[in-house]
Amino acid sequence: MGDRNEPLQQIKARRDSALNALVKGVPYIGWLGIQFDRRGDELTATMPYDGKLIGNPRLPAIHGGVTAAFLEVAAIIELSWAGMWEDLESGRIAPDAAIPDSLPRLPKTIDFTVDYLRSGLPRDVYARARVVRSGRRYASVQVEAWQDNRARLIAQATGHFLMPQP
Amino acid sequence: MSDPTEASSDADKADRTRIAQQFIEAIPHARALDMRVDDLGEGRAVISMPWAEHLVGDPRTGVIHGGVVFTLMDTCCGAAVILHPSNPKSTATIDLRIDYMRTATPGQRISARAECYHMTRSVAFMRAVALDEDSDNPVATATAAFTVER
Repeated sequence: MGDRNEPLQQIKARRDSALNALVKGVPYIGWLGIQFDRRGDELTATMPYDGKLIGNPRLPAIHGGVTAAFLEVAAIIELSWAGMWEDLESGRIAPDAAIPDSLPRLPKTIDFTVDYLRSGLPRDVYARARVVRSGRRYASVQVEAWQDNRARLIAQATGHFLMPQP
Repeated sequence: MSDPTEASSDADKADRTRIAQQFIEAIPHARALDMRVDDLGEGRAVISMPWAEHLVGDPRTGVIHGGVVFTLMDTCCGAAVILHPSNPKSTATIDLRIDYMRTATPGQRISARAECYHMTRSVAFMRAVALDEDSDNPVATATAAFTVER
């Protein structure tokens, strides 16, 4: 547990800065326009609609590969975030986007399986990932994506990851 | 001596490749990734794309993000379904599993080869491999099922 009397603004700034450092270091996340909303330790990934994400111009529909990439990004960030939370709260680490060496190394994807459930409409997409199991070397993560309705998923995925070794 | 039937099949092939390239360029995201159709056959396709700075997933090494390789494989599988001799009208991914075997070397083109290994009335079973310049060591492999609209 962190310091109970730490000022609220300082807590928020510390957490947001760590999350920002994790996300902003990756060019591809920025190119796809993916952002993360944080409520305490809970993350929701958002991919705002953009014309370059389209895979089928006739429907139109978001490219299935983009949906997969979005799910994989959401899974990797959630896994890293969940893994660094304790260290972040106890003050052992303070990742800062301006100091590359302070950034945690990201897990590597071993395999990733995507189920496509509905075609992606030309609208914003949201995703939330859940770390099913995270060991010292391997982790299994489940992730879901939706658009207008949380209950109507457009895709879900499961992936296995190799954890960065200290 | 050149065989006239072979010459005409070469012309057909060039024609098909041109049409497929136009098809790829009509897909905004494939265009955004600068994809190029390299080869086509019955139920198979080879599509490649260049490495680019903005596609990097690991800033420490400059390695391209796995999601980019996934997108290339998915696009290539979709093209291979459409090129099946049974002439599917359209297709969509049901599921795709990718195994990332090694990181793609920064700066090198990545190419995907996809083939349809089984076709039914409504489902195409696909596999694909992604390579960089070291084509003896695949970067990734994928297996997928696609819908088939007749």
